Parts: sequence; structure tokens; C-alpha cells
Amino acid sequence: MAGIVGYGAHLPRHRIKVEEIAKVWGADAPSYKKGLMLREKSVPPPDMDTITLAVEAAKNAFRRSGGVNAADIGAIYIGSESHPYAVKPSGTTVGEALGLTPHLHCADFEFACKAGSEAMFVAMSHIDSKAMKYAMAIAADTSQGAPSDALEFSAAAGAGAFIMGSENLIADCLFTHSYMTDMPDFWRREHEFYPQHGGRFTGEEAYFATTMGSSKAILEKSGMKPSDFAYAIFHQPNGKFPQRVSRMLGFTQEQIDPGWLAPRLGNTYSGASPIGLTATLDVAKPGDLIFMCSYGSGAGSDSFIWKVTDRIDEVRDKAVRTHKLLDENLTYVDYGTYAKYRRKIKKNY
Amino acid sequence: MTMFSSRSWREYPQRYRLEASKFKKSGKTYFPPRSIDPETGDTEQEMVVLPDTGKIVTYTIIRVAPGMWGDQSPYAIAIAELTDGTKLMAQMTDVDVETVKIGMEVRVEFRRIQTEGDAGVISYGYKFVPKWY
Repeated sequence: MAGIVGYGAHLPRHRIKVEEIAKVWGADAPSYKKGLMLREKSVPPPDMDTITLAVEAAKNAFRRSGGVNAADIGAIYIGSESHPYAVKPSGTTVGEALGLTPHLHCADFEFACKAGSEAMFVAMSHIDSKAMKYAMAIAADTSQGAPSDALEFSAAAGAGAFIMGSENLIADCLFTHSYMTDMPDFWRREHEFYPQHGGRFTGEEAYFATTMGSSKAILEKSGMKPSDFAYAIFHQPNGKFPQRVSRMLGFTQEQIDPGWLAPRLGNTYSGASPIGLTATLDVAKPGDLIFMCSYGSGAGSDSFIWKVTDRIDEVRDKAVRTHKLLDENLTYVDYGTYAKYRRKIKKNY
Repeated sequence: MTMFSSRSWREYPQRYRLEASKFKKSGKTYFPPRSIDPETGDTEQEMVVLPDTGKIVTYTIIRVAPGMWGDQSPYAIAIAELTDGTKLMAQMTDVDVETVKIGMEVRVEFRRIQTEGDAGVISYGYKFVPKWY
């Protein structure tokens, strides 16, 4: 079966703390920190967007690929809810920057926070059908939260990239499962700048029901149980939801820890569970089983079961580790700088 | 001053992928690429991709920036000598300009260079960031 031949991540270096956002809007920072388990989030500077994050994450995936030839990549799929253009694919620019063009299939994916895992799912389907030797799947976002909205405390930026293939794998994909219903929990209408959401309705009936539905189905399909896995990654709109859903399914805190990035990174939307996977692969051992379940409002979850191969020890340090990007070389910005960077201030351009 | 999208498109190989021309007779690498080696008149060349790390050899700080770069000021424009000896000029980003100095190690990153307002084409290319890993 298809799997991961190279993986990489990229994150902005800028962060804003929950206290800094809370003080502007008179919100209670301790309740956000405790209730949603969010401490700070990444902030993309003005010259960084989904395309630039995708390119840098993909370069790291190439560094870990053991010399995959760019010309052998047959498809590039980028999942995001913040593609820089409404009409003009992100994938064309990223493909050109990586030297993959012109003999290449390209599509931009959109499904709220699971657009990235969709890209991974479809890329691997091409490998399984033997339509191509390699396919690139990228999950990237520079997500927006409306000022003073609860989402403003979490909407963050980052990217994870994967080169999918069938030989020389870092992680073999043993099973996949997709689960989807029509769920009006979170949306953004055309020409609207900020998304809207259904408040508490985004929890039990949306995130938890969908994540549980997909996770239980893949466990049943595979005949595996939570204790069989070394690690698990769930979509992380905040720190609390993935922690709670992992407990509901029977996973432990130790299993989710390496890929549980939201408390310090925020919600990187399409990037969330894929970047969590990169952080988990960074510490995984050969033979480890990794459980992954994304969630995208609207709503659906893609689940994957990965088996790590011996090659992980060779490649993990061929590119920067995700936790290094998360923990080091950080610059904290105030709300004014954040508002300027995220174009929240009206001015004459 | 904005760059026409057609010009930007013609320069993708160098702006997106740091593709340079290396001439057979002299062995010299030129960036931006040239069709004729100015020293030997040689036209036989191969495309090489420049390395993505180097050290600053000189820089200036822009405090009164033109038009669309105004929001980014102050910022540094630097010339770095890459690890293969080629010199490259680019805007610096993700850096406090007061910390920029000659000899600083930099990495080339893919970033937005300019945008034609809110409705026009976004131009991408290379910038320098401090090399920290």
C-alpha cells in the first residue's frame, strides 16, 4: 500500500499570547487558557501565506525523501481554507517553485480543517492505482478569526507536506477511512473575510460525533485497539478537544503528546493533524503504529493508520524537526502588530 | 512601482528556484542568469541551482520605503555570499533590523515579494532570513 516517502513542516516564528488578545477585548485569559487549553498561537508575517508555507514545508519533505526526483512527482494537491487567490490555484505556484512543473496534475482542496488530509488521501490513491510514482500532498493555512471572536484565540498558521509513494517508505499507510455528513457548524460565505461558527454546536454534534465516527470505523476495519498504537493525532481546534476525544476513544495523554501542538501553536486548520503527524514521526521508532484522525467542519474526518519503517532513523534529522520550529527562535508580537500583520486594520492601500 | 506580472512570470526560474547560468569555459556562475559570459563571450552554459545559505557581505536599512513596502519598514536589503561564492541581493525578513550585521548567516526562504493591491497578482520570490538551525 502507499505511504510516506518524505515529510516536512514549516511554521512562522511569530507568536501572540492569549493574554495579549484577551486584554484588548476584555476577555478572561485564564478561562481561555484553562477551558480551551490555549496558551499562544503562531502569527504569519505579511510576506508569508499558504503558498510560501507550503513551499518551505515541501522542501523539508524533499530533504527527507532520499533523493526523490522532482520530475517523478505526478500530482500536487494543497489543502487549505486560506488559498491566497479565490481563482488561481496555490498548487501551480508551489509546483513551479519546487520544480515539479509542467507534467503534473494539480488541484487545490477545500474542506475547512480537513482539506490537508483530503490531499493526503487522494495523493495515496494515485500511488495505489499505480497512476504515478510519487504524489505531493500539502496541508497549509494562514487561518483568520474575527476580532474578539473565540476563534481569534486559536486561528493560526503552519504547513505540513508529504511525498507519497510506494517504495522506500518512512511510514506505510495500512488503513484509511473517511466519514462525512452535512453539518452547518462552521462556514465562510463567498466574499466574507471571516468565518462564522455555531458556537457550542461545533462540539458534541460536530467535532466529537464526526471524529468518533471515523475513528471507531477505522479501528473496526483494522481490527486494532487504541493500546496497539504508539501515538495518536487528532484535529486540534484548541488544546482541549483532541485531549477529550482521545480519552473517549481510549488513548492516553502519552500517546497524543508529540502531535498535540495546539496549546502552543493554535489551530493551524488544514495543517493541524498533518503537522501533528510530522511532529510524531520526528520521535517515532521503526515498527510504531500511528493513529491519525482529521476533522473538517461541514463536516468530515479522514482517518489513517500508519506503520513506521526502519527508514525513519535515517531521515528524521535530514530536515528541521517540527518541535524545534514550535519551541525555538520565537518572536512575541503585541496585538497592534498582530492586527497589522493579519490585515485587520482598515487603511488606504 | 509594481512589477508587471508578465515580467515576473518570465523570471520565475530565477525568482522561484534560484536557477543560475554556469559557463563551460570560465566555470563562472552568474545570477541572474546571462546568455553570454561577459568575460569570455562563451555561450555554452548549464543551469545550476544556487545553494540556499550564505553570509551577509553588506546591507542597508530602508527606513522610508517606497509605496507598497511602506508597511514593512524599517527593513534591510542585503547582499549575501552564498556557500558556492555567488553573491545574491535580497530583502531580509523575520529579523529585527538593528541586529543585522556583516557576517550574519542567512537562509533563503520563499516569500511574498509584492502584491498589486488587494485585487492584483501576488509576486513571490526569495528573501533572506537569519539562519538559526
